[in-house]
Amino acid sequence: MSDAPTPPPSPAHQPASLPAITDAERAELRRHGILLTSLQELYTWGNSHSVWPLNFGLACCAIEMIAASMAKFDIARFGSEVFRPSPRQADLLIVSGTVTKKMAPQVVRLWNQMPEPKYCIAMGACAISGGPFKQGYNVLKGIDRFIPVDIYIPGCPPRPEALLHGLVQLQEKIKGFTIKGPDAPRHLQKADAGEYPVPEFGARDLEPPHNPAVWSAPTLVRAEKS
Amino acid sequence: MESIEQIRDRLLARFPGAQLAVVANPGPAAQHGLLLDHEHAAAIALFLRDDPVLRLDQCTNVTGIDWPEKEIVETVKSSVPDPAGGPAKIVETKTKRLQPGCLEVVYHLYSVQHGHGPVILRLRTGNRTDAVSVPSLTPVWRACEFQEREVFDLFGVTFAGHPDLRRILMWDGFKDFPMRKDYVEPDDYEWEPTPHGAVLEKAKVHYPAPAPAAPAPTAVPPPAAG
Ligand code: SF4
Repeated sequence: MSDAPTPPPSPAHQPASLPAITDAERAELRRHGILLTSLQELYTWGNSHSVWPLNFGLACCAIEMIAASMAKFDIARFGSEVFRPSPRQADLLIVSGTVTKKMAPQVVRLWNQMPEPKYCIAMGACAISGGPFKQGYNVLKGIDRFIPVDIYIPGCPPRPEALLHGLVQLQEKIKGFTIKGPDAPRHLQKADAGEYPVPEFGARDLEPPHNPAVWSAPTLVRAEKS
Repeated sequence: MESIEQIRDRLLARFPGAQLAVVANPGPAAQHGLLLDHEHAAAIALFLRDDPVLRLDQCTNVTGIDWPEKEIVETVKSSVPDPAGGPAKIVETKTKRLQPGCLEVVYHLYSVQHGHGPVILRLRTGNRTDAVSVPSLTPVWRACEFQEREVFDLFGVTFAGHPDLRRILMWDGFKDFPMRKDYVEPDDYEWEPTPHGAVLEKAKVHYPAPAPAAPAPTAVPPPAAG
């Protein structure tokens, strides 16, 4: 913040590893009514405390998401009370429930329509892996096959407290982002494609069944029991 | 409410020539059904709906059943007298016959006006391959529309006279009928941390067990799914 009073004046291009001023000094200054911050801090602070979720539920987990937004659990305490009905105004996609193969392209479309910075929470066993329906003919085995997931919340369904905990974890993650460099969020990195391919309906399955750029099956060594 | 036999007798008096059969339900619910022939099905349905005694004005449930071809072994015991005068020998003769397969549609009817039900109607197709049509009862009970579409989608029964017969749960380009007993799901095994049962069989195909002598087993990447 260039116009903020900043005693002592720090050199313009201080390396990140050498803070011009220690946290204790900063706290001392704050006591005297001088707020000293960096653009990065301001950016991630603002970003992490106004994560507006998309008003979008898929199955039973959505009921818990709704409960989390109501008075008893009150997601508003964390700055996420504004469930937006339009992906254009949302920052957070909570994939709350079973993603059927018929629904998966629509979920990817919604994700593509959300402006950056945006985050994704996979809520519940279904969104993570297909859950109880994993071997079914019409259930996607996890939304991370098509879009990048920031936070996974296990449970069937996770209780609202777990969703709130996931949200706090997401805020911690956002606060850890830097504006430049390898720790920058996805949309500030040059390699980010921005748009994720929407799968097509094939004769028996989605085509492709997963996006290789986002997900590939872990290699597994299966030990044969003798 | 009248018993299903009484209803059948009344229908036979009203529709001479109709082929009606009571299909017993051996379960504890003992909800015996009435098997209708295709020719009279729509007229009988209309009669059941409008008859002042029955007034079956609500169809709550339409579902399908797949009856695959089945080999039935019948054992007939006959006693053959011993020519030497000893005790008669019991001889078992086994006859095998092939019971042809078919698809069945089941309707559950209730009367809101009289507060009774259910009356269960059944319709059967000629076979499971080319004669898979039954008359639609959507013109009689509008509530059947989506449920008949579901039976079409998952079992492949076509409903003659249905106003809008399309797939409803699966996408339009989908091949095959997932609820049929001989449905083969796509080989979309990717990975499973702790496979067991049928999934373990799939896992063995995709992850061949390492040779026992090999010092360091290497994982084989799974072939592209789909
Ligand atoms: S994880 Fe459990 S509660 Fe959540 S959508 Fe799946 S089945 Fe429903």
